Amino acid sequence: MPASPAAWRPSERELARRAERRRLHVRRSGTASASTVVVFALLGLGLVLSPGWERVQETFFSWSDAKESFPLVLEAFWLNVRIFLVAEPAILVLALLVAIMRGTRSAWLAPLRIVAVGFTDVMRGIPTLLLVVLLGFGVPALELQGLTNDRLVWATVALILSYSAYVAEVFRAGIESIHPSQIASARALGLGPVRTLRHVVVPQAVRRVVPPLLNDFISLQKDTALVSLVGVYDGVFAARDYASYNFNYTSLVVVALFFIVLTVPLARFTDWLQRRVAERERAGAL
Amino acid sequence: MSAPTHSPPPGPLVEVAGLRKSYGDRVVLDDVDLRVEPGDVVCLIGSSGSGKSTLLRCLNLLEEIDDGVITFEGREISDPRVDPMQVRRRIGMVFQAYNLFPHLTVLENCTLAPRHAHGLGRRAARERARELLERFGLAEHADKHPDRLSGGQQQRAAVVRALCTQPTLLLLDEVTAALDPELVGDVLGIVRDLAAAGTTMVLATHEMAFAREVATKVAFLDGGRILEQGPPAQIFADPREERTRAFLRRVLNPGGH
Repeated sequence: MPASPAAWRPSERELARRAERRRLHVRRSGTASASTVVVFALLGLGLVLSPGWERVQETFFSWSDAKESFPLVLEAFWLNVRIFLVAEPAILVLALLVAIMRGTRSAWLAPLRIVAVGFTDVMRGIPTLLLVVLLGFGVPALELQGLTNDRLVWATVALILSYSAYVAEVFRAGIESIHPSQIASARALGLGPVRTLRHVVVPQAVRRVVPPLLNDFISLQKDTALVSLVGVYDGVFAARDYASYNFNYTSLVVVALFFIVLTVPLARFTDWLQRRVAERERAGAL
Repeated sequence: MSAPTHSPPPGPLVEVAGLRKSYGDRVVLDDVDLRVEPGDVVCLIGSSGSGKSTLLRCLNLLEEIDDGVITFEGREISDPRVDPMQVRRRIGMVFQAYNLFPHLTVLENCTLAPRHAHGLGRRAARERARELLERFGLAEHADKHPDRLSGGQQQRAAVVRALCTQPTLLLLDEVTAALDPELVGDVLGIVRDLAAAGTTMVLATHEMAFAREVATKVAFLDGGRILEQGPPAQIFADPREERTRAFLRRVLNPGGH
């Protein structure tokens, strides 16, 4: 008969053991804090004691310039956020499509496979920066009817194409890592190839590739700065503008901080998401 | 370091006293006492969820226990200051689902721990692994990857992997539960040989006939407690507890009412 938890009192030995665990824990945290303080103090000291520190402080870390450039950069940075918010879903869809196209086995779909391979090779091969310039300046120059000539739009399209190629490969790696027995059991249940992909393979693959996907997301957030190359007034453009007018680079540090602030919550959110899935789907170590 | 560096101390190899383990407010093991003498083959029997696997995992320090004391080779291993890695290096474990590493060949599976946890040279590790694989009829599969083997072969390979570190205690967690009936005999044969050779083992099992044959001691778990333990002859022929009797009736004539 299982005793109720309330009836159980920890033994002397267990209490001693808990005290010991606490002591070990305190000692470990102490070591961690001490080593952290020492390392960062040394780094800080090295920075402050370097010969050019005062000049650097003036040109990169000036409080008044930070305050002055902040609203300008903030307003322009909102554009980076919007580019990211539009590009990211588009990339996810396009990349998944390309990955699935590449994974098809049917003979009829050979052209699709060729397109997918070609797309990945070309888009991944061209430096993103070049792609942004080529599309941002090149397409509007064609003066096509019925298509926008907005450089911002074409620069965003360039980002989408470039990143889709990378993300497609991430998805493909995830899809290929799903054990064949999973596909076999889905097919055995009578699911067709498309439904097998949709309900069994892709959901597992996506879970597996969340960390590398996040990596690409963050990379994209930063690369939204490339639109400034075709004259789009984004956060980085605004910061550079301010820097060249005022001969002070603090605005660049400000915009850098904006990028960090944008990426950190996303990283923490994904960590949390991953942990939740692990807790729900994996019991213990087996 | 091919031979164990210290001779086993006198007394039991493993002694468990008052062991308690819970997950949240679900108590999985409650006040468990167990003694394993050198050369003992202890069979843990009981229905699924009775705590057999958890007990094995506690012995190997894969679970942090909530109370009680576990002694191994005369030393308390449930002490937080004990390095679990040191303990696990002297205990072998075989899992129900084999848990072989799919990216390594059978031979590499068997040499991994001797080389990287026990500091054995590559040559010596391979020699020892080949010898054991040979002994258990797996010589021809040494260079294959585990997924290419049958279930029975994989489980035999998993036993060999555990033996390659020359453990003083072997834990077997329902090693035949995932196997076809015709392959069960293969794996049990190995365990029988090991028992005959004097290997100390604790195994969770559903194979009653086997437990009766090889065990030196049988412990019946029910609801996280060891309800009854003793020599197999006594447990199987004349169980003291009504619950043990009911359990044995259920498993010995499945389908019979």
